[in-house]
Amino acid sequence: MAIWLTKDSKVIVQGITGSEGSKHTRRMLAAGTNVVGGVNPRKAGTTVDFDGTELPVFATVAEAIKETGADVSVIFVPPAFTKSAVVEAIDAEIPLAVVITEGVPVQDSAAFWAYNVDRGQKTRIIGPNCPGIASPGASNAGIIPADITPGGRIGLVSKSGTLTYQLMYELRDFGFSTAVGIGGDPIIGTTHIDALKAFQDDPDTDAIVMIGEIGGDAEERAAEFIKANVTKPVVGYIAGFTAPPGKTMGHAGAIISGSAGTADAKKEALEAAGVKVGKTPSETARLMREVMSK
Amino acid sequence: MDLFEYQGRDLFERHGLPVLGGGVAETPQEARAIAERLGGKVVVKAQVKVGGRGKAGGVKLADGADEAEARATDILGMDIKGHTVHKVMLAETADIKEEYYFSYLLDRANRTFLCIASVAGGMEIETVAEEQPDRVAKIAIDASKGVDEAKAREIVAAAQYPAEVADQIVDIAVKLWQAFVAEDATLVEVNPLAKVGDGRVLLLDAKITLDENAAFRHPDHEALVDQSAVDPLEQAAKAKNLNYVKLDGEVGIIGNGAGLVMSTLDVVAYAGERHGNVKPANFLDIGGGASAQVMANGLEIVLGDPAVKSVFVNVFGGITACDAVANGIIQALALLAERGESVTKPLVVRLDGNNAEAGRAILDGANNPLVERVDTMDGAAERAAELAAAGK
Repeated sequence: MAIWLTKDSKVIVQGITGSEGSKHTRRMLAAGTNVVGGVNPRKAGTTVDFDGTELPVFATVAEAIKETGADVSVIFVPPAFTKSAVVEAIDAEIPLAVVITEGVPVQDSAAFWAYNVDRGQKTRIIGPNCPGIASPGASNAGIIPADITPGGRIGLVSKSGTLTYQLMYELRDFGFSTAVGIGGDPIIGTTHIDALKAFQDDPDTDAIVMIGEIGGDAEERAAEFIKANVTKPVVGYIAGFTAPPGKTMGHAGAIISGSAGTADAKKEALEAAGVKVGKTPSETARLMREVMSK
Repeated sequence: MDLFEYQGRDLFERHGLPVLGGGVAETPQEARAIAERLGGKVVVKAQVKVGGRGKAGGVKLADGADEAEARATDILGMDIKGHTVHKVMLAETADIKEEYYFSYLLDRANRTFLCIASVAGGMEIETVAEEQPDRVAKIAIDASKGVDEAKAREIVAAAQYPAEVADQIVDIAVKLWQAFVAEDATLVEVNPLAKVGDGRVLLLDAKITLDENAAFRHPDHEALVDQSAVDPLEQAAKAKNLNYVKLDGEVGIIGNGAGLVMSTLDVVAYAGERHGNVKPANFLDIGGGASAQVMANGLEIVLGDPAVKSVFVNVFGGITACDAVANGIIQALALLAERGESVTKPLVVRLDGNNAEAGRAILDGANNPLVERVDTMDGAAERAAELAAAGK
């Protein structure tokens, strides 16, 4: 088992005919993901060939769901069209929408989030600006490389893609139940807390790696949540201890504003909640290794 | 992107918000001309993107054009907390009776926007919040509904603005929200929002941050970029579509993925504590599918920084294949050599993940004396710091 994405998940791709969409559809299929089709209103009714797998293209998410029973959509459309793509996914009430696109205006993210809340949050949104979600050996929705690690019993939630890959690689002998890249934007659909809660409730996850970075206070709030609700061991890592204030470090949300959002504050909050925090990714992997070897 | 006050004033004016007449000058002569146009008393304000300019002597009153020119002469070129004053704003003066505070900003935690409103203006809102928390109102804005007249009335009531200015502030709150949305702002802060002698309410200062992700739908925002503050290396990197931030250390950093690069800065800084206190010289994320050309562009920028004494290339091959990265490094060095740029700074390279073995073999086979391969991120950071300290 895994959280949110399992071997039974039926995945569609919004923007399947674009360069990123088609590249990663091929990769998802190669990883064993059950990709059942794509959406592009201008190419509706056609099919796309991925190394022998013919996938149908639908005009809308709703139509794709009706025809295929899809329950996950991975969104690869450019920033200017991301809001309408997510709104379409919400309207179709797809259970999971994974928004890979980087560079989405924050007012657009706020708008589709509010839209989702107004409609009763029937859609879980992951991202934007994220690598997606992978349940190794079962399914892969997004751009996380599928061959880093086999399935296992560690859960991982992270704002960063490459740090996710690094930790998955260092702990590949244990393997992962699910890795969720929640994204580095100021407004994101799924938070650390959502993933921590799901891992806590997942009988096939024994321990959790949580990766954060400078900016905002999501890690501090996650620390409070862990203290009150998480009994499984959590090992943490925070990036950006040496980042200067007022500068955006790659991710739109990675910025220290005044004295808020520093890595030190996040580390302290996590440690106060009983989370062991590694100084480097490798030390973090070592701490998790100790937990899993007990 | 943070705006200067004068840019904020102009933006407010464009959106029909009540501001005082004003203009911006880069020379004392321009200041004189603006003062003549405005007539009478003016205030001369240093344009810097940092607080506390008043205390630093960056805000002066002037009675007439002669004095305005003299005050502009004093203020232009001043250093305020490390920021050199290149521009002054001249504005009409106001007979301020009361000062309030008003802002809209992004509320990351609640995934929406927030209005902060207070009857206590003219000072830092953080101070007011600490000392008189009951005088600071925080009102959540529903992103799908925004601020209409009813919402504005709710804000005005929550902030306890006096009844005689309520209607004016309702109007300001609605227009300011429209400006916030229309310009894709993530912050608009008015401090003070002031009631003046004739009873009008005016926006007397402007602190605005615009969302750079929304630049594609605001071609006019490009003109707001402060070219004098742009680091030449950052500018060159931007022209090559590289995500680069200049820092003040000696170890050049190239990596893939924002999180991994931030982490690399930290690991290098820790290693630097053991090696002459060297620090990272930059943040450079070459992104997911980095090609040889992108690697060459990145190396060119990093090696072009005279402060750099060693370079740490830290790549985890996810989608990127490490053999492509290794080829990129070798080709980049050849490319730079072809251009006659002698590369003398040592490179420490750590490759892991997708096709790491092949990548390492390529680096080993190239046998370039400047390129040193280290297997772990921590070990490579240690070595890069050591080499930078030796080169200092």
